[in-house]
Amino acid sequence: MEPKEPEPVLDTFPKLLHSHVQLRPEQDAIREKDLGIWQSWTWAEAAIEIRALACGLAHLGLKRGEKLAIIGDNRPRLYWGMTAAQALGAVPVPLYQDSVADEMAFVLDNADVKIALVEDQEQVDKMLEVRDRCPRVEHIIFDDTRGLRHYEHAFLHDFESVQQAGIEFDRDHPDFYDREVAVGKGSDVSIMLYTSGTTGNPKGVVLTNDNVIITARNGIIREGLTSQEEVLAYLPMAWVGDNLFSYAQSYVAGFCVSCPEDATTVANDLREIGPTYYFAPPRVYENMLTQVMIRMEDAAALKRRIFSYFMEHARRVGVRILNREKVALKDLLLYRLGDILVYGPLKDVLGFNRTRLAYTAGEAIGPEIFDFYRSLGINIKQLYGQTECMVFICVQPDGEVYADTVGTPAIDVEIKIDDNGEIMYRSPGVFQSYYKNPESTASTKTEDGWVHTGDAGFFDEHNGHLKIIDRAKDVGKLNDGTLFAPKYIENKLKFFSFIKEAVVYGDGRDFSTAFINIDLDAVGNWAERRNLAYSGYIDLASLKEVYQLIKECIDKVNRDLSEDSRLANSQIHRFLILHKELDADDGELTRTRKVRRKYVGERYDILVEALYSGKQQCHIETRVTFEDGRTGTLAADVQIWDAEVYPAVTLSQDAAA
Amino acid sequence: MSASGPAEVILEVESISLSFGVMKVLDNISFDIRRGEIRSIIGPNGAGKSSMLNVINGFYHPQQGSITFKGETRKQMAPQVAASQGIARTFQNIALFKGMSTLDNIMSGRNLKMKTNLFWQALHIGPARAEELVNREAAEKIIDFLGIQAIRKKPVGKLPYGLQKRVELGRALAAEPELLLLDEPMAGMNSEEKEDMCRFVLDVNSEFGTTIALIEHDMGVVMDLSDRVLVLDYGKQLADDVPDRVRANQKVIDAYLGVPHE
Repeated sequence: MEPKEPEPVLDTFPKLLHSHVQLRPEQDAIREKDLGIWQSWTWAEAAIEIRALACGLAHLGLKRGEKLAIIGDNRPRLYWGMTAAQALGAVPVPLYQDSVADEMAFVLDNADVKIALVEDQEQVDKMLEVRDRCPRVEHIIFDDTRGLRHYEHAFLHDFESVQQAGIEFDRDHPDFYDREVAVGKGSDVSIMLYTSGTTGNPKGVVLTNDNVIITARNGIIREGLTSQEEVLAYLPMAWVGDNLFSYAQSYVAGFCVSCPEDATTVANDLREIGPTYYFAPPRVYENMLTQVMIRMEDAAALKRRIFSYFMEHARRVGVRILNREKVALKDLLLYRLGDILVYGPLKDVLGFNRTRLAYTAGEAIGPEIFDFYRSLGINIKQLYGQTECMVFICVQPDGEVYADTVGTPAIDVEIKIDDNGEIMYRSPGVFQSYYKNPESTASTKTEDGWVHTGDAGFFDEHNGHLKIIDRAKDVGKLNDGTLFAPKYIENKLKFFSFIKEAVVYGDGRDFSTAFINIDLDAVGNWAERRNLAYSGYIDLASLKEVYQLIKECIDKVNRDLSEDSRLANSQIHRFLILHKELDADDGELTRTRKVRRKYVGERYDILVEALYSGKQQCHIETRVTFEDGRTGTLAADVQIWDAEVYPAVTLSQDAAA
Repeated sequence: MSASGPAEVILEVESISLSFGVMKVLDNISFDIRRGEIRSIIGPNGAGKSSMLNVINGFYHPQQGSITFKGETRKQMAPQVAASQGIARTFQNIALFKGMSTLDNIMSGRNLKMKTNLFWQALHIGPARAEELVNREAAEKIIDFLGIQAIRKKPVGKLPYGLQKRVELGRALAAEPELLLLDEPMAGMNSEEKEDMCRFVLDVNSEFGTTIALIEHDMGVVMDLSDRVLVLDYGKQLADDVPDRVRANQKVIDAYLGVPHE
């Protein structure tokens, strides 16, 4: 019997590209808005561009295993650069386009980049600035010629001239491209992504084709994505998420990716494209919601009333309808009417008219923001991921979406929680190593492939979802030995609009306590509506009505915590409202507005002691730095209140009841 | 910017004098502008800089002297002649159509490039349609060049000042001028906006080869951008030289810093 020719294995991106040329040559692969019009390339057209570029890169001397840096906004030509490099067995290394020259120099040098493909003059200028520090960079290719006409360096090449040289090279070596693509295999390095790294230098995460393609495919299977999805590629190309959503999954599923006209036009382009599949970090959803609310404030009275009536209705039943739960027929009909009058037009303005699946990740999202979108019928879900495994660790399944979990393990992902509460995982997406950094690799990845996330968390007893509570190193223990996760509690507190900052203490103590910073605008507004007079922040912060308001917020958080047996003991027993706003100028916050918990604790040690001593009041004098750099002293008598502490609700009690 | 020798003179101003009544605004001014250069005119308030630009594009008619543009000598320019011959300008006080969008304002700069008549344009068929496509593309290229895609459809009156200035530059560019007159394009801008505008002026010059005559108060900007600088003071010509020598010129320093009166 003659053996049948085996199915070609689609284990590299150039092979996937070829399969789309066979399957759907006329379907759009990528789009870009240029001169106000969406220009598109079909899979067949994209393949021609990529082949010319790959041959051009080969002509410039790019070989198997060598690195091609890619720097710029999301542009079709830069995405083609990735596939072109991969066709040659070379490794694309996307860099953050807004990084300053120094940061770029480190990565270019560390990654042994040989050729850089960059967007425009801005990036070329940065490259020229650091060139003597990166002697291994031999060529720079630029996409946009503007302003570069008078640059006369021999190592600078216009994108089109490289492709032209590639076409000639291809004519002279007609077998070259196909042969190179055929040699590629799943275990080859696919891409290197640098993690931004809050401390120390960025690390290059080495991922193979198998890592990327299998993970992308698992994501597609789990969510039922098809070749008909619409995606807007607007997040940095150097970020793992963009590589997954706008590149890998597009190549695996065959859907079209659109590149915005410009970073400033994203909102408009989003609306024009109407993506079916969308990712954004929480702050993007937050900004959109704020924009909507501001515009509604300016709307005519009738519109405002219709809006708030139907939004209230959506708040009551929208999420349940999205989760396919049963609701009363009357409510369902009213929701349909609201869809015509309010929700539909609103989703259209936001660009979510066709969105079947929207992800968010990266940090905690406020429950009311989350519910706002879900109540409109937008299926926004949280996921938990890392560069080290090509994103997917956990995803929320449809119909099981909660604001405070990140869902269940993604396909083929194993998760365990180690003795310190740190989350560890193993998956087909797990990276090979950090490039040229065996120590970091060894400390992150165990021999048998388990990866330390650095995050602490646990599986929720009620729904089996993973909950992330804090960075593992910040998690402590109360004196009775129970878990104490300050950031988790602080985030819960900060979701109340009245609370701007919260600092929670409890590590090595008998119970938790909190410093609260009120939000001057929100609380001030609240006070004015109640005719409460105040002269400024200190005065407002010491009003007993305000204390009562904050106490109610804390009581709610405590009630939430009590429902989780692991966290019930870390309910906040006592709190105070700080007499001044935490300020980066005083070193209390970082420049990115993260609370420096330890420093604040040292600076206000009298207050911390007072919280644990049973005092009702404490006098404090603080040195402060004013905006003009002068310093002064602030004195206040800070009250200390007790909060309501609830008995722990455990599962067994639930079952008994 | 040319590599070999001085380029051809595109505009020559000879012994221009302009008075309003007894007030002498320009007194016997002569200078030339070479093709492809950035030529600045500086001077204290009331020195006659804007008047000079107004003479060049035919808005003011000088009592004496002559203007030679592209080899043709005239006693005075007329605005429509200046425009059709390839001179475009921006104004010290923004003069845009506030109620119209950015795109429409830039399209209005294409006016002289449109040849079809009102009849075809009103029906928006046939040649008018083809013409609009060509002109829209040209306008879009300018929008892309100036990075103002996000405000394409916004009414200009609602834009911040710095962006309005940019739109005004866009409208001037839409006429595809050979000589671009910029009257204080950076006035009232913050340093970031100024940097952007400098970049655009340089790019217009190097990408399109447009000759630029620039009036500006910011000395740093002028000295960085210009190939040659003309200095005016109370209608008189104080100096005309390359930036470095103008900077060192005692008369110029005195005019700017003042001299003690004995």
